[in-house]
Amino acid sequence: MAQILSPLPGTFYRSSSPDKPPFKADGDGVAVGDVIGLIEVMKSFHEVRSDVAGTNIHFAADNEEPVMAGAVLADLD
Amino acid sequence: MLRKLLVANRGEIAVRVIRAAQDLGITTVAVYSDADRDSLHVQIADEAVNIGPPAAKKSYLNVAALLKAAADTGADSVHPGYGFLAENADFADACAAAGLVFVGPSGDAIRMMGDKVAARAAAHAAGVPVVPGSMGRVADIDAARHILIDTGFPVMIKAAAGGGGRGIRIANDLAEFESAFPQAAAEALAAFGDGGLYMEKVITQARHIEVQVLGDGKDAVHCFERECSLQRRRQKVWEEAPSTALSDRVRDELCASAVRLTRAVGYSGAGTIEYLYDDAADRFYFIEMNTRIQVEHPVTEMITGIDLVAEMLRIAGGEPLRLKQRDITVKGHAIEVRLNAEDPARDFAPFPGTVSGLRVPGGPGVRFESMLYAGYTVPPFYDSLLAKLVVHAETREAAITRLVRALHETRIDGLKTTKPLFLALADDPAVQANDVHTRWLEGWLETHAARLVPELEP
Repeated sequence: MAQILSPLPGTFYRSSSPDKPPFKADGDGVAVGDVIGLIEVMKSFHEVRSDVAGTNIHFAADNEEPVMAGAVLADLD
Repeated sequence: MLRKLLVANRGEIAVRVIRAAQDLGITTVAVYSDADRDSLHVQIADEAVNIGPPAAKKSYLNVAALLKAAADTGADSVHPGYGFLAENADFADACAAAGLVFVGPSGDAIRMMGDKVAARAAAHAAGVPVVPGSMGRVADIDAARHILIDTGFPVMIKAAAGGGGRGIRIANDLAEFESAFPQAAAEALAAFGDGGLYMEKVITQARHIEVQVLGDGKDAVHCFERECSLQRRRQKVWEEAPSTALSDRVRDELCASAVRLTRAVGYSGAGTIEYLYDDAADRFYFIEMNTRIQVEHPVTEMITGIDLVAEMLRIAGGEPLRLKQRDITVKGHAIEVRLNAEDPARDFAPFPGTVSGLRVPGGPGVRFESMLYAGYTVPPFYDSLLAKLVVHAETREAAITRLVRALHETRIDGLKTTKPLFLALADDPAVQANDVHTRWLEGWLETHAARLVPELEP
């Protein structure tokens, strides 16, 4: 069981644009360095890369949800 | 006269508009998202209405929520500030349809000036020099070759249906042009389903000069020019008025051309006509008109003594222009710098957080336009502008000295800001000589950015 935390405060996005599929679907596996979402901070976008590997990702944060730095974005098995 | 004004914005511009309205005896209504409950604009307005969640599209861009807030509070007018819905023609129309005075030009004027081709045609028709190029779509390569006589090289070939930098090619000579033009047409057809092309002369090195105008739908005046050549990624960081790059003759021609265009389109409110000024050729070219109050408007206020936001409110209230052109004169020199919550040493990475302490600069010739207070938490959801430091002095040289003095007085504890950028720029010989152009700052940053380390106070 591992968690992916938001490195920054801002708005969380699960895909690179509204018409694109999410970077990860619930249940996907995650390797170290995989992009799992974006955080928009003051109109600039930052990729969120996982620093852990795991299986069966489950997102704790919704698309377009406001998050604080350190908030749990997703859980991994 | 307006009676009750809803300010459809946040941050420093909401504070600025509320102050101007209150100075005129107009009751003010602030709107705020869930992230802005503790904002200064909410605290100083006469009333405040929550309009939704932090995401701008659910709050500050939510037309239905804004119109409902206006109806619920009995507002008779709406000021859009800058950004958000300020240049949204449909919002201006929706306000009018709801019986609200939109503090700005008509939806139709916003629409025309927001359309690059229509704006260029309007400028050309008003005798305002435009960047040499095609007036609209180029029919075929024969017509294109004819346009090259005006543009010379390098020339830009743009997809009519493109935008945001997409579908642009640059040809440096006739051979490149002969191959690039048909390729660009084929690409535009494939990418946008429309093979239409425009052509425009590439101006490789120029200054950004803009003229402040006021119109009442019939008459118009100018409030002289601003120079905003110091830009990073097309964002202005340092603005001043007047421009020391212009001769009196060019300044007169430039400002007269801005008034002609403002009158020709029956413009109402405050607006800015933006130009490129090519020093080497001593020529200026219309780029676009911004149909809103701009971030950098205070430098014009400092040199002319005019409260531009108050004038907007008077015009929107139905008063004819109070100012005659002969009454508007320039006194001294003003500079504005934008203190942003960004770390200039780390590629201007955003730095939202809590202001643990604040020391505001003061004294003669210093104005600090901001929504900050000690203990305020800057939310991460909106732009990074924290404060505009504006200085005014008899000469440009004295204004730079005063800017440095005021920057040293300024302390925004708990955040990293762009303050070190402005101290370094004020110390740079090219800036001191105003020997700059719109791409100068990006080149300068390549060698200087690493040294712009903000001191982070506890």
